[in-house]
Amino acid sequence: MKLHKRMMIFTLMLGAAMTGFVASAWADVRIFACEPEWAALATEIGAGDVSIYTATNALQDPHHIQARPSLIARMRRADLVIATGAQLEIGWLPVLLRQSANPAVQPGQAGYLAAADYVHKLEVPTSVDRAQGDIHPGGNPHIQTAPNNIAIVAGVLLQRLQQIDPEHADAYQARYNNFMGRWNTAMTRWQQQAAPLHGVRLLVYHKGWAYMIRWLGMVEAGTLEPVPGVPPTTSHLSNLLAKLKQQPVAMIVYAAYQDSRAAEWLADRAHIAAVKLPFTVGGTDAAIDLFGLYNDTIHRMLAAAGSKQP
Amino acid sequence: MNRYIKPMRLYGRLHPMRKSQRQNSPSVLAIIVCALVLAGTSLPMESRASESAEINSLKQQLEQTQALLRQIQQRLSRLEQHQADKPSTVATTKTDAPPSPARPQPVRPVMPQYTAQAPQPAQASAPSPSGTASANAFNPQLSAVLNGSYMAFSQPPSGFAIPGFPVSDAAGLGKRGFGINESELDLASNIDNLFYGSLTVSLAPEGGANVEEAFLQTLTAPFGMTLKAGRFFSGIGYLNQFHSHHDDFIDRPLPNRAFLNTQFGDDGVQLRWLAPTDTFLELGGEIFSGRAFPGAGGTLRGQGTWDAFINVGGDIGYSQSWKAGLSYLHARSVARNAFDAAGNTVGNFSGNSRLLLASLVWKWAPNGNPVNQNFRFQSEFFYRHERGLFGTVTPVSSYLGRQFGWYAEGVYQFKPAWRIGLRHSELFANNSGAAVTFGSILDTGGHRPRRDSVVLGYNNSEFSRIRLQGSRDATQNKVDYQMGLQYVMLLGAHGAHQF
Ligand SMILES: [Zn+2]
Repeated sequence: MKLHKRMMIFTLMLGAAMTGFVASAWADVRIFACEPEWAALATEIGAGDVSIYTATNALQDPHHIQARPSLIARMRRADLVIATGAQLEIGWLPVLLRQSANPAVQPGQAGYLAAADYVHKLEVPTSVDRAQGDIHPGGNPHIQTAPNNIAIVAGVLLQRLQQIDPEHADAYQARYNNFMGRWNTAMTRWQQQAAPLHGVRLLVYHKGWAYMIRWLGMVEAGTLEPVPGVPPTTSHLSNLLAKLKQQPVAMIVYAAYQDSRAAEWLADRAHIAAVKLPFTVGGTDAAIDLFGLYNDTIHRMLAAAGSKQP
Repeated sequence: MNRYIKPMRLYGRLHPMRKSQRQNSPSVLAIIVCALVLAGTSLPMESRASESAEINSLKQQLEQTQALLRQIQQRLSRLEQHQADKPSTVATTKTDAPPSPARPQPVRPVMPQYTAQAPQPAQASAPSPSGTASANAFNPQLSAVLNGSYMAFSQPPSGFAIPGFPVSDAAGLGKRGFGINESELDLASNIDNLFYGSLTVSLAPEGGANVEEAFLQTLTAPFGMTLKAGRFFSGIGYLNQFHSHHDDFIDRPLPNRAFLNTQFGDDGVQLRWLAPTDTFLELGGEIFSGRAFPGAGGTLRGQGTWDAFINVGGDIGYSQSWKAGLSYLHARSVARNAFDAAGNTVGNFSGNSRLLLASLVWKWAPNGNPVNQNFRFQSEFFYRHERGLFGTVTPVSSYLGRQFGWYAEGVYQFKPAWRIGLRHSELFANNSGAAVTFGSILDTGGHRPRRDSVVLGYNNSEFSRIRLQGSRDATQNKVDYQMGLQYVMLLGAHGAHQF
């Protein structure tokens, strides 16, 4: 009798799942974008052929997202998950993938795209010692800070969308071509605009800007975090301040999601600018899309470098 | 090639449970069964009408997909031919020959610095098969947990008991003074594309290893199902499935210790189904061997315990998220021992044990960013109904236990590394039957066990935690004031945390 009841529950669950949900197909590809920059890129290439859910916003730290039930529910029906990869989402994405019970988006499938797999990564550590902090063993994952990486990922995304939704392959291709045309023009413009930033020294909150710094030929003089993943401490900031007396920097940059207090504390005492950068789409009012993201990033740094030359 | 065929979409809407049905249901089991029946019966009827039309459209889709795949294949081989002839890999987007869908070309670098960084097309066309983001650089993911403490009690912990509650071996609070607690070794990995596996071995300070969890879990079961098999912590309630090193307090709430022997796990299978809805809705059921408390004896040919649970959850704006659950656990126990703090057998129970568990967790983080500040409220309610025979040595006298317990806790992280927490736990027993004699462990003596704790936690990083906890423990008549200082250190791989 008891056995019966138990079997019934399982049979019913199975029945519910197998029969209940053969419903009409959705017209568009459902994209689960882990970060806003990939959502913005998917909007450029997918437009009306995709529907996009963005798992995080620019005011959230993508290293530390809680694997909330809402995210699990959204991933359950996704056709394509776009993650940054390189262990940026190590603290939450694996849980979502496992709990989502969605075979289509598991790593290795067409429905799982880890952007950092396709770009040349900087700062790949030769050894992983946690005394150096919560470093990313696969290299620096913050690839969206250089526009060249966006262009590479755009190509990968095009390929995936065409695989998943061949019906609209031509439309994706056309939008990709259009986007890349505008993107190449913009990259040329950004390069010209950012010329004064070449060789400029700066402090960063987290090692989140390696690709941008390399792109613009800037010089990273230190981080506010004593080691990656550990919040700034007073003693570390004091050390930095002493160092700045010998070797000044032009500015301190931090991301929209980071606490501004440490940067402002140090900037006040060193008489330099603390610059909030959008870091991703939506991080500042002007960063409404990928173009706005770079426009505003360069604009803000130029303003800071112009007013306080070291 | 098959791998990349567009997956069949199996979306649908779950019928919301009708309110009236919910209210009329006498027990949680009925609720869950109702939900299942509704989901299982009403939906196919709805879809049957459009079934033939759908089959046709599916057929068409399949044909289209196959045609497209042929096209892609042709384009791919053409491109491969083309590439072999080409000396350089530079491509621009405005040409008449756009990048092939199967092989995106890196965009021509605009700035000189790019030339060195531009990836080889081979890299772009061959996604790393291991899925580096999902696990970590080490495969399998290996970690160890070190756990030690200093504990002070105003009453001797050897006298620990919960009046009115026959408890099992892990309900107590440990020893006075310095000591290490169980160390833990974790090994977890995707086994292949179908399975995930996890092994947790706990090493007792006095020696000896104990397999805490050893389970496999499906990754690609269809229809939103996930099957877990092996030994694992049950998915009932909220707190039960978490390993204790995730906790913010040194100990588990009083009702978890009394009703679940701190943490309920057993050997068995779990089936979960995640509804294809934007609101999180999950149904699950488990069958266990029945050897672990509150079961005993491995009854019914080793399937003596089963449970069912339903969880719902969602967000409120960007800053708030919540999860609520209802679980029902049924165990059939044969000669289940109750122990005192010294490990002596003080009771023996045979009969049915039913536990109803309601849980709620609510989290707040400004803009959904928990790094600088966050708050968590969590509460669980327990109701247990036990009927059978009870005795000190052998179960001989009739016993009916109706026991109630709850706890509520709030933890506020006010700075990145610091958090403070408060918890209140309470139990209440209403036992009857011939076994409830004066002074026996089933006799509450009119006392209501309760316990209050405050904890201050310092997390230098995600890997190191130190906690200082003070408690006023009125589990027994004499109030016990307790102090604990504990460290929990995580070595090795970075685990991902559940909500
Ligand atoms: Zn980082």
